[in-house]
Amino acid sequence: MLIKLTGGKVYDPANGVDGEVRDIFIENGRIVSPEPTAKVDHEYALHGRVIMAGGIDPHSHIGGGKMTIARMMLPEDHIGNEVARTELTRAGVGHAVPSTMTTGYRYAEMGYTAAFEPAMLPANARQAHMEMADTSIIDKGAFVMLGSDDFFLRQLAGKADFSAIKDYIAWTMHAAQAIAVKVVNPGGISAFKFNQRKLDLNEKHTYYGVTPRDIIVTLARGLNELGVVHPLHIHGCNLGVPGGYETTLETIRGAEGLPIHLTHIQFHSYGTEGDKKFSSAAAQIAEAVNANKNVSCDVGQVMFGQTCTASGDSMRQFVNTRSADPKKWVVMDIECDAGCGVVPFKYRDKSFVNALQWAIGLELFLLVNDPWRLFLTTDHPNGGPFTWYPHLIRLLMDKNFRRDMMQKINQDALQYSTLGSLDREYSLYEIAIMTRAGPAKSLGLVDRGHLGVGAWADITVYDDNPDREAMFTTPELLFKNGELIVRNGKIVKVVNGGTHVARPNYDRGIERSLNRYFEDFHTVRMDNFRLSDDEIINGGRGSLIIQPTRARAA
Amino acid sequence: MEPEKSSNGANHYQNVACPFCGILCDDLEIGPSGSGLKVLKNGCVKSVAGFERPLTEPKPQVDGKDVSLDEAIATAARLIRESRLPAFGGLGTDVDGVRAVIALAEKGGGVVDHALSDAQYRNFRVLQSSGWVTTTLTEARNRADLFIIAGSDVHKLHPRFFERVVCNEASMFSDNPPKRTVVFLGEGLDQSAVTGKERIGEVVTLPVKAERIAEVLDAMRALNKGVTIPGGDIGGLPRAAVDDLLARCKAASYGVVVWAPPSLGFPSADLTVQAISEFVKDINLTSRFAGLALGGNEGAVSAGAVCGWQSGFPLRVSFASGKPDYDADRYAISRMLFAKETDLLLWLASFSPDLTPPDTDVPMILLGMPSVKPARTPKVYIPVGTPGVDHAGVMVRVDNVVSLPLRKLRQSNLPSAASVLEKIEAAL
Repeated sequence: MLIKLTGGKVYDPANGVDGEVRDIFIENGRIVSPEPTAKVDHEYALHGRVIMAGGIDPHSHIGGGKMTIARMMLPEDHIGNEVARTELTRAGVGHAVPSTMTTGYRYAEMGYTAAFEPAMLPANARQAHMEMADTSIIDKGAFVMLGSDDFFLRQLAGKADFSAIKDYIAWTMHAAQAIAVKVVNPGGISAFKFNQRKLDLNEKHTYYGVTPRDIIVTLARGLNELGVVHPLHIHGCNLGVPGGYETTLETIRGAEGLPIHLTHIQFHSYGTEGDKKFSSAAAQIAEAVNANKNVSCDVGQVMFGQTCTASGDSMRQFVNTRSADPKKWVVMDIECDAGCGVVPFKYRDKSFVNALQWAIGLELFLLVNDPWRLFLTTDHPNGGPFTWYPHLIRLLMDKNFRRDMMQKINQDALQYSTLGSLDREYSLYEIAIMTRAGPAKSLGLVDRGHLGVGAWADITVYDDNPDREAMFTTPELLFKNGELIVRNGKIVKVVNGGTHVARPNYDRGIERSLNRYFEDFHTVRMDNFRLSDDEIINGGRGSLIIQPTRARAA
Repeated sequence: MEPEKSSNGANHYQNVACPFCGILCDDLEIGPSGSGLKVLKNGCVKSVAGFERPLTEPKPQVDGKDVSLDEAIATAARLIRESRLPAFGGLGTDVDGVRAVIALAEKGGGVVDHALSDAQYRNFRVLQSSGWVTTTLTEARNRADLFIIAGSDVHKLHPRFFERVVCNEASMFSDNPPKRTVVFLGEGLDQSAVTGKERIGEVVTLPVKAERIAEVLDAMRALNKGVTIPGGDIGGLPRAAVDDLLARCKAASYGVVVWAPPSLGFPSADLTVQAISEFVKDINLTSRFAGLALGGNEGAVSAGAVCGWQSGFPLRVSFASGKPDYDADRYAISRMLFAKETDLLLWLASFSPDLTPPDTDVPMILLGMPSVKPARTPKVYIPVGTPGVDHAGVMVRVDNVVSLPLRKLRQSNLPSAASVLEKIEAAL
């Protein structure tokens, strides 16, 4: 069937299309260029509408043990936020930590077609994928966590051959069905198990004697040489620490020019000026990001209200438990592999610290010049639930709205931020980069995040409403692989999304030492640790989308 | 994971995961024996009973009379359709079974709960009120130098826990790992699994009644904060024994308190779990310590996890209104049966005959492994296979982190619970 989307204003930055009126044709799930004589089976008249590729969230905690701990811990998050079953859709709940099917529906209703779980522990990968399989409609993928796992730390401390380290990185990506690798508080999660309470970039792990800098450089170089498209996804040392911006700057310098992605940099951009010893260092961080083309980042914008923080960073989350609201929390040491911390949190607009966090995030958005290297996230749910995105987009596109919102927050906080002096307004083209084209390019998603001929027809159609929050909250149409899924914000068809993975080459010889390691120390055998393709496909409930990697260097 | 052929041509499997308790050991070796299966290596009393149970393939029944599977499914669907508030209980199944039962409960407007929820709720209530610091099996196995077994008959529930997690000789962090201290805090706990083991240094026995364990933990927590506690005994233990236990906790490089909620079978036992958890939190202010909750047999952990991610709530959810409605007291199926608040029970038990359906005059649809023997004839009976024996599957381990793949080990015509439930849902 040939479908024609007629007369919309197309924002397709990957192909340099900036609001031109164009027709788009869809056939067999993809965007096509039909013969002029081809018969159109179904036409949508979209004159005056805005057309973009489906949204892609490159950092959103949607699946895995810590999310289900958060869900089970917080019935008060769900009560009043229940969603009834319909003939098409399943029941569900939630505000900050929605249930899985509801998560998928909300992303689709907001015009998104993919979201990536950024903190999948290898030991928890099977559950993470089962939860993502139950996340309806959208495609998903996951970044597997390395850097505090004992196998890697033993390799690093034992000065293992670099190619063996690369084999292990690649093996783990295969075993966990991942598309990228994340490091969280490099070495710090392991150090916390040895009762270290902080681990600065150049500080030695008390047992292994390696530093976070060693870990970052090893993983970043490893991924680069393995040809994995998405660079090492770094949740740095000292998250949330006043003065932590210096660690962030040092991390950029320490990368030695290797491609790196700094995630939720808002939480890593705090200075120590002023009476409260807490200030914005967004200007310094933005300057460094602007100057270093090897660096990309996402913001992790804070939004006011109740949420729940959920992180692999057990070391920092244990400190944050002092601010738990409501006062309950979970911290876990996990499987000689990783850790986690789940701490409910309420960001208050009248709080000096929270208001400044909000301002710092916005400053970063407005001061980083290149939207191809800066992605729109709230680090769902850590800065706030992803359902805030339309509001956040309006804050970026509408300076008068931003000024109005600034009136409502703690005014002292604004004195420690440059936000009031920033007039920049994002264009629709830039928003399309930050929410589609940029993440797709950074993650190496072939044929996604753009609207050129050959691309998969993941397409969002918006009313060109000057109230950008209303516009991005309720798209008129959403197509997923060419099928109409959402009409006027309501789901009209439910599909199962696929799972993006990347598969760099490795020498199977690594399995000899891994097998011995699992047998000697673990409570799971290597063969059972590894997820098979069949587990993702699960009789047709899911599917694998294997993204290419570059050739492996050595 | 293709099976290897043994010399007699029958299937021979290694690294088999065992679904018969919450620990999910996955190092079993299983081979053929006559017409059945035999646990050749790394078995225990539970796995031997489970894997070596002979295959029988009874017919589905309606009112005690053999019928076709289609007829049994059609009758089950009709009963659910006609029910005012069906209760979906037992839930002894794997992840796909839980997925299917929740989908059916949603469509049928019913309540979901697991047979062992009373025990799990001793933990869930603490998770929902104050939380904890916990660890997992591999972490404890390699790292702990002190284990405190709190009022729980761990060896009976999990026959290989001590072998695999406490008495293991190799440890990741030392070629000559230090000997471990094991404290049995409770009365009449089976210590045989640590007796005479190379890795175990000291075994300390502190016979305190299970109901009074919280007193001991609360007192240690207060003492650790510098509070003076007057008087002699604490929780029935000599004061010196409590002081000594606190000193051991503070000196440990990584202490682990182990409890199994099913063993804490006294009123308000969640407060004991909370006392343990708050003590562990406080010790973590200066040194490292963790809790490790066990139990979770009969698929209880998988049921809680899947219901948690799909509905947002850890079981005891009603879908009667179309929306998930959560009430940990109201939607306990045992209470609902007693109060006659449900008019139909669907009971699912696919691991062991121990998960017998409650003796109730509420009409029942039983999806059971063939050796489950109900007290009364169910309205509908559909025999189902055991995950990890008759069909493949996945289960979540007791620490709520690891999940393991289960394999089909024998030729069997018993359907999976998930496939039966999906057919009932389609027929609704």
